[in-house]
Amino acid sequence: MDSRRGSRFVIDPKIRQVGFVPAGCESENPNASSAVAAIANVDVNPTSDSPSPVMIPPRLADPLPRAAPLPVPSPPPRKHTSVEIPLQGSYNPTDSVLGTSPPFSPASNGRYAGVPSSEGPDLSPSFVSRASSAMEGMSLREDHLGSPSASRFATVGEYAMFKQQQPQQPATAVTKVYASSLPQEPVQSFAPVGKEDSSKPLKERTTKAERRAKQEADREAKRIAKESAGAKVVEGEARASSNVVGKASRAQSQKKDSASEKRLSAVEKASEKEKKKEIPAPRMQFDDQSRVAKAKKRALIEQTETKHRVELFRHLPQFVYGAQLPSLEAKFFHDDAMHPHPAVYQVGLQYLTGDITGGNARCIAMLSAFKELIKDYCTPRERTLIRDLTARVNNNVSFLTTCRPLCISMGNAIRFLKTRIAKLQLTLSESDAKSLIIAEIDRFMQEKINYADNEITKLAVTKIKDGDVILTYGSSCVVETIILHAFSLGKKFRVVIVDSRPKLEGKGLLRRLLGRGISCTYSHINAVTYIIQEVNKVFLGASSILSNGTVYSRVGSASVAMVANAFHVPVMICCETYKFHERVQLDSICFNELDALVKIPGRKGLSELEGWSQSSHLKLLNLMYDVMPADYVSMIITELGMVPPTSVPVILREYRKDPIL
Amino acid sequence: MGQQMNFQVVLLAGGVSKQLFPLVSKELPKALLPLGNKPLLSYTLEQLESSNLKSIIVVVAGEDVAEQIRAWISGAYDDRLSVESVTVAEDAGTADALRAVASRLTAEHILVISGDLVCDIPLGAIAATHCRKKASMTALLCALQVAGTSDGSSGSTGKEKAKQQSSNDVIGLDPSHEFLTFMASAARIDKQLQIQRSIVRAFGRVELHTDLVDDHLYVFKRTILQEVLEGCPGIRSIKEELVPYLIRSQLRSNPTIQSKPLTENGGEQFERKIAPNQLVKSPLEQASLLGAQANNMKCCAYIVNKDRYCARVNSVQSFIDVNQDVAGERAVHLTGYDISRSNNVIHPTSKLGYKSTVGPHCMLGEGSEMGDKCSIKRSVVGRHCRIGSGVKIMNSVVMDHVTIDDGCIVQGSVICNNAHLQERVTLKDCQVGAAYIVSGEHQGEALAKRDKN
Repeated sequence: MDSRRGSRFVIDPKIRQVGFVPAGCESENPNASSAVAAIANVDVNPTSDSPSPVMIPPRLADPLPRAAPLPVPSPPPRKHTSVEIPLQGSYNPTDSVLGTSPPFSPASNGRYAGVPSSEGPDLSPSFVSRASSAMEGMSLREDHLGSPSASRFATVGEYAMFKQQQPQQPATAVTKVYASSLPQEPVQSFAPVGKEDSSKPLKERTTKAERRAKQEADREAKRIAKESAGAKVVEGEARASSNVVGKASRAQSQKKDSASEKRLSAVEKASEKEKKKEIPAPRMQFDDQSRVAKAKKRALIEQTETKHRVELFRHLPQFVYGAQLPSLEAKFFHDDAMHPHPAVYQVGLQYLTGDITGGNARCIAMLSAFKELIKDYCTPRERTLIRDLTARVNNNVSFLTTCRPLCISMGNAIRFLKTRIAKLQLTLSESDAKSLIIAEIDRFMQEKINYADNEITKLAVTKIKDGDVILTYGSSCVVETIILHAFSLGKKFRVVIVDSRPKLEGKGLLRRLLGRGISCTYSHINAVTYIIQEVNKVFLGASSILSNGTVYSRVGSASVAMVANAFHVPVMICCETYKFHERVQLDSICFNELDALVKIPGRKGLSELEGWSQSSHLKLLNLMYDVMPADYVSMIITELGMVPPTSVPVILREYRKDPIL
Repeated sequence: MGQQMNFQVVLLAGGVSKQLFPLVSKELPKALLPLGNKPLLSYTLEQLESSNLKSIIVVVAGEDVAEQIRAWISGAYDDRLSVESVTVAEDAGTADALRAVASRLTAEHILVISGDLVCDIPLGAIAATHCRKKASMTALLCALQVAGTSDGSSGSTGKEKAKQQSSNDVIGLDPSHEFLTFMASAARIDKQLQIQRSIVRAFGRVELHTDLVDDHLYVFKRTILQEVLEGCPGIRSIKEELVPYLIRSQLRSNPTIQSKPLTENGGEQFERKIAPNQLVKSPLEQASLLGAQANNMKCCAYIVNKDRYCARVNSVQSFIDVNQDVAGERAVHLTGYDISRSNNVIHPTSKLGYKSTVGPHCMLGEGSEMGDKCSIKRSVVGRHCRIGSGVKIMNSVVMDHVTIDDGCIVQGSVICNNAHLQERVTLKDCQVGAAYIVSGEHQGEALAKRDKN
């Protein structure tokens, strides 16, 4: 048992690819000899060095065996392994897959966890090199620990996100996560005082060439797996790595590949092409002049760029506020081919003026407008419905984007709609096709938004207990319904609403909650460190959750979560799964929304800020969103259950195999 | 066409207005009154055309008038607009006019515009506001023009002012100036104003304005409009009854249920079943309601920007004022004329005598002739007028084919078609009816032929 656990640790990032690890698979092999245990313990310890944030609960269950390694001085067991390893190194790999030698096979096989079956036949030089390196002694295991795990994953796009995470997160990240769930013992057991220095010399002994050989072996194996798995896997990967970072890493890996072994098979080339097709066009970068000019030609609204742009945010649209609405209104009755559908127009106006805010409300408004559009749609002659309707939807979407940049959840909804349209059967009559799509949209709204909200409310309410003090930031409609529901259940709790300028959205929430008779405290975000002391739960909404567990939310949420984390207050994010996105974002600069600072709340008669957008010495910047690292998030409450942030990619993968159901 | 955005236009061209008594007659209905030498109705039609609203239903009161207007429109706009004209009885109210065309309305939103409105407000903006708010009704409100923009030359302006002040409409707005919460037209205000408690409760605060004017441009939601018109046959006027009625009933889910036919004083009670914060909904509630098509009615206001021009021609004074504005800087762009260097509009075929001057902010129509030593200031002179020598015209409107003999002085007056001012006539603040022959000195009088009836 211990040995298995130990090996798990070594290959940890690979398991994370799989996601939820059922508790059963760990206790598969309970008969472990003491000698093996000792070896395994050596294996266990280095994991504390491995920078990956680990959070697979079952391992935490029994702190005793892990506490055991502490007294064990390293040298003798290490010798022991060095004797054993050559045996293992020369074994037939297929045997190890079958698990004939339980204590060791996982350790050696771990690197190939993703490609168990294809490993057997392959007797490429890389295997020889591995065996030889093993012969040299002690290098096999230590290679696992020593070689920077990041480099091993660089090949596959999906790992790109972990790759990013790993260098960022220090070893303490591991202990931190544990600390929240299991107070003290595991943390102690994880602090390897004596082990550290024992493993360090090992690290140095592997030469660069050896590590290189290992890497290539891995890559080779993966390539074979890819080929065998076929196009589906490729698709999935492509989807998973649709972000820019993923793309970059793939390009990098390609370069390496071609340098080392210049035999990219035809199959792979084809799959590459397919991948490219799958990758959505990169987001519009507003510092790309030619594309901006092109977009301007298409746009219905005249947008003038502000004179005083903030250089760092040149890639985001920075337009003069106030010029858009009149120009849009003036064109209200105009008609040309580009004119959006009235319902869409209406929604666009509402976005522009801020009548509709909030991810869910905006998404529902948009979908309802598209429903109208489809209802009124009739295919022009000599056109096919699928293509023409897609083009029409695209037009309308770009209109909405000019009104206000779409949020990520809306992007998901649009993607859903478009795939539905694209998947229509050609044989369907027009009215059938239309009613089918409308039904699909209805279903999306019901299932993904309404039911999801209900489910989230039900789940989250169980987390509210009598005497709780709940903190929320800004105004999230899900959090609001949770609070109202909990209140209607007769729970006794208090709410702290933290708010921030310039929008002061929390005021509306405060008013509504007070209207129901819930006792509230209202504070601005600068007092959050003070007010957090009396709080014991934090509920936040989210605009989107990215696949590295990052929460993309209204600006200020990240600071609230950080403070809460520092004060050991659990942070719970309430978010529907349709808002999840495969993208990875590490900062709030590369993608964000800039809001015009038009109405600044304040006392009447303060004229200092009048016309400040005209001042040439002043550049205004107002980010709408920020990015909350997964560390601060204790739990994400979705309609599928309450999950840790590390499970986001799993949900993305498992529930969107069929592109966004 | 406006069809694309689901809009339909009803233009209320009116008939022979009583307020403009000596100026209008059966021969010259209000809609065809020359304003800056163009018929009044053309301003509205051109505005609609520029907004790309090209199919218009024109409602005219009175058979004869309808005939004239139809003839004029088909002559002037035949190729550009598709106009459908409907005739109602002469004494019909504005709501009756709407009722007459109710069966022809098919679009989702109905834009009702009065034919006497002269403005440069983009209609798209009003329609956009209406759509954005999902309102059941949107009204155009305009800040009250200070009466008598003419530089106080006439004594009656003060009187007029006082009169207007006492007869202002009372308009209630919510704090954000977006929703209409109350409206009572001047004619119906007694000493008390009744404001429903539920509305005050829903909006939190109600501002009552008397410095705003309802400018007779409305956007209605068709279903609600038809429902109300059908359900309440007592409603005769849009401004005085229909709009206040809609505003009063805006918190109810259904406009006609349990509504007694409107009584004369309009003071019936509505039950208060409305949740206090019905208008302040969380996004989720909104979202859930979207499916069920939230049926609560909202009445919105579009308040005209200060820099836009907006005026109505509904009295003699306003006719003179608007004429001056149209000739002057404020609204000359509405006419489409070229402005000369000396800031006036003089038709090339008109002839000026020796030492005659036409000041800035003046208009001189086609084929008009002036004698020597005349001076025209801030006035509009129509087509084919013959003006003798030594005539002074100030702050006045002279229509077509008017003959003014030598030595006349005209101040602040309106002189209608074919009138004849004999030698040395002095007019101050007078209205001269069509084909009337004036002699002597007059001040503040309406001079017109007595009609047979």
